Amino acid sequence: MSRPHPPALTIAELQTLLRRKEVSPREILESLRARIESVEPKIDAYLSIDFEAALKEAEKANVDLPLGGVPIAVKDIINVAGQACTCGSKILGNYRSPYDATVIEKLRAAGAIPFGKTNMDEFAMGSSTENSSFKITRNPWDLSRVPGGSSGGSAAAVAADAAIAGLGTDTGGSIRQPASLCGIVGVKPSYGRVSRFGLTAFASSLDQVGPLTKTVRDAAMIMNAMAGHDRHDSTSLPDPVPDYTKDLGRDLKGIKLGVPKEYRAEGIDPQVSSAVNAAIKQLESLGAEIVHLSLPHTDHGIAVYYFLATAEASANLARFDGVRYGHRAKDPKDLLDHYGRTREEGFGAEVKRRIILGTYVLSSGYYDAYYIRAQKVRELIRADFVKAFEKVDAIISPTSPVPAFKLGERTADPLAMYLADIFTATGNLAGICGISVPCGLAKVNDSQLPIGLQILGKSLDEARIFQIAHAYEQSTDWHNQRPKI
Amino acid sequence: MATKTDLDVGYVAKLARLNLSDEETQLFQKQLADVLQYAEKLREIDVSHVEAAAHAVPMFNVFREDEPCDWLTAEEALSNAPHRAKQLFVVTKVVE
Repeated sequence: MSRPHPPALTIAELQTLLRRKEVSPREILESLRARIESVEPKIDAYLSIDFEAALKEAEKANVDLPLGGVPIAVKDIINVAGQACTCGSKILGNYRSPYDATVIEKLRAAGAIPFGKTNMDEFAMGSSTENSSFKITRNPWDLSRVPGGSSGGSAAAVAADAAIAGLGTDTGGSIRQPASLCGIVGVKPSYGRVSRFGLTAFASSLDQVGPLTKTVRDAAMIMNAMAGHDRHDSTSLPDPVPDYTKDLGRDLKGIKLGVPKEYRAEGIDPQVSSAVNAAIKQLESLGAEIVHLSLPHTDHGIAVYYFLATAEASANLARFDGVRYGHRAKDPKDLLDHYGRTREEGFGAEVKRRIILGTYVLSSGYYDAYYIRAQKVRELIRADFVKAFEKVDAIISPTSPVPAFKLGERTADPLAMYLADIFTATGNLAGICGISVPCGLAKVNDSQLPIGLQILGKSLDEARIFQIAHAYEQSTDWHNQRPKI
Repeated sequence: MATKTDLDVGYVAKLARLNLSDEETQLFQKQLADVLQYAEKLREIDVSHVEAAAHAVPMFNVFREDEPCDWLTAEEALSNAPHRAKQLFVVTKVVE
C-alpha cells in the first residue's frame, strides 16, 4: 500500500492515522506546505500563511483531542491572534489581529491549528471572490472560472487539497455557493449557533461562521468544536450543542423532504436541474419521502436581502474611519476630508456601492419604504419556512442556479452577481441552517464543473441536515471527485 | 415606495462620509437604479398585518454578570493605530 498523502485526506482519516502514530502533525503540515507551494501559483487561494507558528503548535499538538493536529485554513475576516486580518480590503492592509475570535479559541481548544488566511470578496461582499483587493482566486476545476464567493479562497483551497478543511462565513450564501462551485461540502449554521465574536461584521443579523470540508462528517466534527454559546456574543444561543456526528449513518426512513415549486424557477442551468432531480430520486430511494410544497415569498428574497444586508453593512463599516486602525488618508485638511478620503482610498467599488445603497435605504424619507418594508417581508419569508417545516424535516434545492461562471463574466453587472444567491439568501433571512453537498458534474465545453445540492433545515436542526447530507453523500461518488490540478 | 429617480448618489455619499469620483458616482447611479428597479416588486406585497423583524431569532434583554476579566492591554489596543503618541490615538483636529 502506498503511503497516504495527507493533504488529500479528510479530518476523520487523518485523525485515525494520527492516533495510530502513522503520521505526525508536523508531517501533515510539511506535506500540506509542499502541496500549497505546488498549486497556489495556479489558484491563489491564500492571502497569508504562517507555517513557522503552525509548526510550533504542531510540535505540542495533542492528537487525542477531537481535532488534534489538524490544520485549518481560515477566511481572512475571522481574527487569529498575531496574524493579518485584511477582510480582503486595502483599508485593513496592515492590520494584525490582537486577539482570537471565539471560533478560533474553540478550535484551538479542540486541537486544531489555524495556519493561514484565505482570500475573499472584500468584507465578504460578493459571490465570486473577484472583489478582493489583493488577488483573483481561481476555481481548481477550471482556472478560467470563479471559485464562487465570498469564501472562495477557503473553498478553492479545500477542493485543490491545499487545505484539509477551511472556515468561511455565510451572510447570503457565501459558504454554500463557493462549496457548490468547487465541489465540496459547506455549512451555514443556524443564526446564533456559532459565535460571531471576532468575526468582522458585514450584516450582523445574517452573518454566521461555518465549515468548508471534503465530507459531511468533517463538517460535523468542526461544528462539534465550534458551536455553542459565547458570553461575548449576545446573539449566540444558549441551547446545548448535540454531538453532530451521532446521527451520521442513520437511514432516511420516515424523513420527509420538501421540494419547493419556487426553486424550479427559470434561469436554472438545465444540467443543474437534472443533477438536483437525480439527487431527489436518490434520496427517495434511500427511504425519504418527497413532499412538494410552496415557499411563496422566495422570489422576494434577493431584494429583501440586499436592502437589509447593505443597511447593516453601511452601519457596521462606519467603524473604518482611519482613527483606531486601518488606512488613514495623508494630510487631511479637516475631519470630513479625513473620513471622505480615508474611505475613498481604502474601500473597493463593491463595498462603496453597498455603503451607498445601505445608507440610502436607511436615510430619512426612505427608511419606512425600503428598510422597514424589507424587514416585514423578511418576516413573511421566515413564516414560509416555519409553515413548511411543520410538514417536512428538511427542504431540498440547488445551491446555485448555475455552475462556476467565467472570471469577469458578471463583474460589470452587480444585479446579475446578486442573483447568484437566489437559493441561499432566504436561509439567512429566516435564520435557519443549510448545507451544500456535491451532487453532480456539469460538462461545459471541455470542463467538468461541480453542482451542489442544498439541504435546508429548521433552526438548530443541524444534526438532521448532517444525517440527510451524509446518507446522500455516502450513497454517491460525487464527494470522491477531485479536480485534476 | 420611492421611485428609482429619487436616489442621488452624490448626496448619499456625503451622508456616508465617502468620497466618490465623478465616474464612480455616475456608474453607481445607473447600477443602483437597476437594483432599485428590481426591488420594486416588494411593493406588490401586502405587509399591513406584518410586524417588522430585525432578527430571525428574536432575543430580548440579554444580560450577564458584569465581571471583570483580562482583556487587551493599552499597548495591544493601540497596536494597529495609524497615528499614535504615547498611550493615545492621534486624531485629525475636530474643533477650530
